[in-house]
Amino acid sequence: MSVSKDEIRLSELELRMPQTLAEKIIAKAAGLGSVSAGEIVTCQVDLAMMHDSAGPRQAGKSLDQLGVPIWDLDKLVVITDHYINDDDTNHQGIQSHAQDWVKSHNVKHFIKEQGICHIVLPEGGHVKPGMFIVGGDSHSVTGGAFGTFMVGVGATEMTGVLATGEIWVRVPETVKIDITGTLQPGVAAKDVILKLCGDHGIMGFNYQALEYTGTAVSAMSVEERMTLANMAAELGAKAGYCEPDEKTERVLAGWGATDVDIRTWRSDKDATYAATVTVDGATLSPQVAAPSSPENAGPVEAHAGTRLDQAYLGACTGAKLDDLRMAAQVLKGRKIQSGFKFMISPSSLSMAAEARADGTLQIIEDAGGVILPMGCSGCIGIGPSRLEENAVGISSTNRNFVGRAGPRSSKLFLGSPYTVAASAIKGAITDPREFL
Amino acid sequence: MNTINGRAWAYGANIDTDALAPIGSYQGTGDLAAGAKNCLKHMDPGFAENVCEGDIFVATDNMGIGSSRETAPLFLRTLGIRAVVAKSFARIFYRNAFNIGLPALVCPDAGEIAMGDQLVVNPSSGDIINETRGTTYHCQPIPDHLMEIVGAGGLMPYLERKLKKSA
Ligand code: SF4
Repeated sequence: MSVSKDEIRLSELELRMPQTLAEKIIAKAAGLGSVSAGEIVTCQVDLAMMHDSAGPRQAGKSLDQLGVPIWDLDKLVVITDHYINDDDTNHQGIQSHAQDWVKSHNVKHFIKEQGICHIVLPEGGHVKPGMFIVGGDSHSVTGGAFGTFMVGVGATEMTGVLATGEIWVRVPETVKIDITGTLQPGVAAKDVILKLCGDHGIMGFNYQALEYTGTAVSAMSVEERMTLANMAAELGAKAGYCEPDEKTERVLAGWGATDVDIRTWRSDKDATYAATVTVDGATLSPQVAAPSSPENAGPVEAHAGTRLDQAYLGACTGAKLDDLRMAAQVLKGRKIQSGFKFMISPSSLSMAAEARADGTLQIIEDAGGVILPMGCSGCIGIGPSRLEENAVGISSTNRNFVGRAGPRSSKLFLGSPYTVAASAIKGAITDPREFL
Repeated sequence: MNTINGRAWAYGANIDTDALAPIGSYQGTGDLAAGAKNCLKHMDPGFAENVCEGDIFVATDNMGIGSSRETAPLFLRTLGIRAVVAKSFARIFYRNAFNIGLPALVCPDAGEIAMGDQLVVNPSSGDIINETRGTTYHCQPIPDHLMEIVGAGGLMPYLERKLKKSA
């Protein structure tokens, strides 16, 4: 069959249709030259991650009911992080079930109690720019910090992935989040994302992909970018990502990822965005989200002086190495309010080890902070950092919905690691800039 | 692909999962049909009573906002609703709807559809004919592969069928 010149030109044009990074990754996973927002396509996943809560005992069980094997053992990572480090017998049962399940299914990549899934997945060298990844958890979007398209899916959808390696996707519109200028000392990625939550609400970017870009993002550490990506979930977005750069390459290489390509996986210059939202990084002040939604965020001044019962640094959002260092910067040479509860659950064992080695944890302990085992724990109201009846807390986690971190009578504020540490010093919500 | 012909049950924005599946109305096992009778009971008590097989649910923005509860679309399907048309959907409701066997169509003109309008929905072409008003609205078409999942009654029955076939 002969092909006319016009047809050739058309297909070349199609190949060159400018796309955002999200669209490029989806197109690749769907085996198509290009995709556009609104289109529904079927993608082959490059990697699937599931944890002890929604993994073996839910998706795993459904897979067994189907009676088929895992589609590709090289592409599945199972991580235990949610119901660990406590003596609740139900939780221990979940752990032994998870361990039996990975064994009986010959799971190749099992990360047992090394840290929170969204942290140890990249730390394990599994994540690379350009990958289409699904995770059985709503904060799976964290992986977008490395230039991937990573989405959270429910247990039923994870079953489909385990069985077939495929999932359908409605291509999201991409919104450019341009974070301009240089963040002030004492202002962090967490403040940027809380500001976005306050301005746009928890449904603000429903089903859209967020591309975080701008001078402030380029200047951020990769761990800070993980905070931005992580809380795309609190903006209702399907995914949130940063284009990879040399920093991404360096960090991933340190975690053992090979063949990292930071050049292909970028948005095209003329790609179409549904909107551009600008955050003026230079004038941004520390933000605090009042109970009981991240969208109740506003400048810390609005709540300064509010009495607190405890402070917590933890979760996949707020106890990475950089987060611990931010807290230490505020706490160095100071003491927290006497009798005040200040607890820290590092995001992963290796980050805790590094923070131990460089003296960060010592500074926090000297100030009166108590280091707890790593894991989700306090984020979901498990363990010693669970809020008590009527208690008011502040934490560096991502959600403060009613009953999230304690009984329904408890109240939780959200802030950056700087703000949480400063608030621990005074036993009340405090602007960290007075200590820096 | 077959079309869906039915009456519109047209509502507004932000129909949430608590309205669709009030807490405590169904525990995941037991009598689904009885649970579904609670659908929209606080907002429109006549809905669950009068909805017919083949009817179409219409809303404007943020359809299905709220929790990830699969019972929200499941109740609608159990009551006979065969398609949901809305200006925009909450992300998780949208996915859950297909995965329990209910097609969801994003239609920018959904606000023009009134209660009781007679509709013909063609998921494959994305066309919705409003016979009452003599107009046609255009939405993003639903690929056949996704309609296969819907046709099977949802993702799990679809997987069972597909994997058994290939086994
Ligand atoms: S730390 Fe909290 S938000 Fe993060 S994965 Fe664990 S439970 Fe989810």
